[in-house]
Amino acid sequence: MTPTREDTGLRADRVSRTAGGTLVLDGVGIAPVPGTVTGLLGPNGSGKSTLLRLLAGVLAPDSGTVTLDGEPLAGLGRRTVARRLATVEQQSDTQTDLTVLDVVRLGRVPHRRAWTPPSVADEAAVRSALARTGLADRARQPWRTLSGGERQRVQIARALAQEPRELLLDEPTNHLDVQHQLDLMELVSGLRLTAVVALHDLNLAAMYCERLVVLSGGRVVAAGTPDEVLTEELIADVYRVRAAVTHPDPGGRPHVRFLGTAGPPYSPSPGSGASASMKELTENTARPGPAGP
Amino acid sequence: MRKGAAVLLGTAAGLALLAASIAVAITIGPARIGVADVWATVAAHLGGGVPELSPIRDGIVWDLRLPRTLLAAVCGAGLALCGAVMQSLLRNPLADPFVLGVSSGASTGAVAVVVLGVGGGVLSVTGGAFLGAVCSFALVLLLSHTLGGSTDRVVLSGVAAMQLFSALTSFVVMTAADAETTRGVLFWLLGSLAGAGWTDVWVCLGVLAAALTTCLGYARTLDAFAFGEEAAASLGVAVARTRIVLLCATALLTAALVSAAGAIGFVGLVLPHAARALVGPGHTRLLPVTALAGAVFLVWADTLARTVLDPQEVPVGVVTSLIGVPAFVLVLYRTRSTR
Repeated sequence: MTPTREDTGLRADRVSRTAGGTLVLDGVGIAPVPGTVTGLLGPNGSGKSTLLRLLAGVLAPDSGTVTLDGEPLAGLGRRTVARRLATVEQQSDTQTDLTVLDVVRLGRVPHRRAWTPPSVADEAAVRSALARTGLADRARQPWRTLSGGERQRVQIARALAQEPRELLLDEPTNHLDVQHQLDLMELVSGLRLTAVVALHDLNLAAMYCERLVVLSGGRVVAAGTPDEVLTEELIADVYRVRAAVTHPDPGGRPHVRFLGTAGPPYSPSPGSGASASMKELTENTARPGPAGP
Repeated sequence: MRKGAAVLLGTAAGLALLAASIAVAITIGPARIGVADVWATVAAHLGGGVPELSPIRDGIVWDLRLPRTLLAAVCGAGLALCGAVMQSLLRNPLADPFVLGVSSGASTGAVAVVVLGVGGGVLSVTGGAFLGAVCSFALVLLLSHTLGGSTDRVVLSGVAAMQLFSALTSFVVMTAADAETTRGVLFWLLGSLAGAGWTDVWVCLGVLAAALTTCLGYARTLDAFAFGEEAAASLGVAVARTRIVLLCATALLTAALVSAAGAIGFVGLVLPHAARALVGPGHTRLLPVTALAGAVFLVWADTLARTVLDPQEVPVGVVTSLIGVPAFVLVLYRTRSTR
């Protein structure tokens, strides 16, 4: 760890946030290594989206700080932040008849002043963003005619037009088929930006992320390389799922194979399940043992 | 740079079309005054000369037709502009300038003055309407802020205010007005430019200029709302400030226009869609084009309104809908495959 490490890039320090009286994030810290892809894992409701919104600055932490190169995000001003840091939602939609080019040009909004025409730099950034995402020949295509995977690609192009150093993606592969999931992660990991990606698919995370951070109940329960983080114990603890973690290629990324749901509190006894317990309660509590033929 | 020239050329062409429309519209009317005489009398007024027409005919041109036509242009431009801004800001293609209950508030204010005599003769119909409109908008802002301030809350608060003030208007008219007053009120409610004077023109033009400048300053910001408020925020847009500034600008403009000419429907709902079909969704071009299209449209709609059943007059709001709906369907039909 170099001495300047604390002052470069995006960083959250002991951030907490409540929503509707519930503590969604409880003293979370994250410091993505510049130029790498960090995967944000955790079950639904673990606080992934909230953490991403805090990192993006669209939500303020109740306590703790988010800093960009050592400066608190709150003091930087929205436009300054939007020129450094771009976000891609898990799904985006619009009522407006926009073309691919229109959407990508939105990325220049934080760079432009009112009443001024687009500059040479604006147009160059848009062209480069289209080229890097392989959309150069589709600029005139209407957004509404695109498939889910293409739409996400366009949103990444829009994010690139912002010329960010940090890219935050909230479950960007959620609505995509397998090929588009891999395409998208391939694209993100090839961008050489500091990316933080919330993901549900553990194998996708293992394949494309240099580092993983696992949230559970609003706290960080594990952080490190995919090898360090993706263990059978952790998956059982956090997701309540039995899994076998293997290394198909020696020295390669781990692979997770799910074996079934595990243990309490969600299913009291493996096999018979909750319905059997219900039967016991409603039919005959005097008979010993589970009811069955 | 080529693009900038095209925008300038387009704007100039639009303004020329509007000027031509106004010039032709003021030559049309029940009083048979020659085209040359009309233009000569306007030129005389503008140039400080002495009009050659008789005072009555001069008055018809300079004090009736011209302010009325100009007010039609200002109202058309303003209502269309407000509609375009509302639709983008609230992300709702059905939004129009009246979605915040401004027109209903104005009706209640006007009816209170005309029927109940509120204001004791000091307050004109226009003044009463403006006060009513502002009250209604304030109620909507307060309600939507209390309810959480999100876009759908703004729309729902507007619907609530609209219902409330419509009910109040109906109640006052049904219980207190005689048949003749009711007819007059109804005419005003449907929107009419018949009472236009120079004061109305200058007041509305001033408010339009201020609102148009404000909205054009936010044109690019409005583009950023295409994917919702959170997406706009992540692009560096101050969402709350933008919303309050644009809501206030459009509501005040609508209030001024409705006070002068009643709630002329259709223009604010449909012309933004037609303009979008013409020049696309980018607000830098959309807002001026919408305003120009609205101005030209309402000039001709009002010309029809005052001549088609001569000597009777049709409320311009009726005309806008009758000719606007088929035109709108045509626009949608022709653009269905190209965009």
